[in-house]
Amino acid sequence: MKLTPVSLALMAAVLSAPAAQAAEYVIDTAKAHASINFRIKHLGFSWLTGRFDTFNGTFSFDEANPAASKVKVEVETASVNSNHAERDKHLRGKDFLDSDSFPKAVFESTSVKMDGETAKITGNLTLRGVTKEVTIDATRVGGGPDPWKQHRDGFTGTTSLRLKDFGIDFNLGPASEVVELGLEVEGVRQ
Amino acid sequence: MTIRDTTAGYGWPTRIVHWAMAVAIVGMYVLGLWMVDLDYYSPYYHSAPDLHRSIGMVLLLILLARLLWRLANDKPSDDNLSAVERIAARIVHWGFYPLLFALMASGYLMSTADGRPIEVFDWFSVPALTHDKSLEKPAGEIHETLAHLTILLVIVHALAALKHQFYDRNGVLSRMWSGSPSNGPEAS
Repeated sequence: MKLTPVSLALMAAVLSAPAAQAAEYVIDTAKAHASINFRIKHLGFSWLTGRFDTFNGTFSFDEANPAASKVKVEVETASVNSNHAERDKHLRGKDFLDSDSFPKAVFESTSVKMDGETAKITGNLTLRGVTKEVTIDATRVGGGPDPWKQHRDGFTGTTSLRLKDFGIDFNLGPASEVVELGLEVEGVRQ
Repeated sequence: MTIRDTTAGYGWPTRIVHWAMAVAIVGMYVLGLWMVDLDYYSPYYHSAPDLHRSIGMVLLLILLARLLWRLANDKPSDDNLSAVERIAARIVHWGFYPLLFALMASGYLMSTADGRPIEVFDWFSVPALTHDKSLEKPAGEIHETLAHLTILLVIVHALAALKHQFYDRNGVLSRMWSGSPSNGPEAS
């Protein structure tokens, strides 16, 4: 396409149209009202839990048109925290996250299907250099004005990942091939 | 209007910075005491500490500039003071610098102990140098103690200035306000 004034105006209109519909939010990691938690079975006997301490993200959300919603989150893989320094070092290493080679994991939504207060958020997760489609089962928790003159909306979500799908084939035993993610997200409207 | 400080008096940069910091330090003390007891639902629960941290980081820059300016300029004469007064004045004046640096450093460490930067007025951010959550509590306690000490020093400093201005009538306060002791009550 030639960059004529008409085509530029058309592009501007197309690009700005979605932004005008949905409100933009920044996930409140600054004041830590969001967390990325995981759990995986230990030997099939118990649940081992942990989290990623450092991440950031944005989403757009419009109650009237939830299908236009989007979310993007970037996680620092080295911030993995399972409350055990030696295990965390192992998790950052080549057997698992390989944080030196793959410092970031990214999720970017491709579609949001909302039904009442619940939603299916489908998107691409890039973890350890492998990009796979995952679907998050999300539920709206609440939203509204906060006491400090801003507007917040919050969601909770879960999904599960098969470690082998992302090239992590360290043998933890047959009960520990899938990690469950628990996502708590509160966004501040911009 | 002189820029540099001379043995006769203070230039305007020193005077402006002196009074701006005087207002800021007392204001920060009051703001600090007030904000730590705010209810969670107070509209100022987040904005008051944000303001306190922002002003603190700006004051740190100003203090650094002021120290360099002090070292690069002559000190107005204190020959009219007694030997004891002169030593006391120097202890108080030079006491402010390490005290304020330590006060600001402890505030910075408390706010950045979890590895998050300090946002200065949505203007720039000061990155964390540490990621050591165990610092938060001792840094906070030191910050509070140093804040009380700073205000104590401010009171001593202000009482001494008032004594020299209105009892000894040697124009010390006028010298910091208008730049020259000759504009003080002594000359009028």
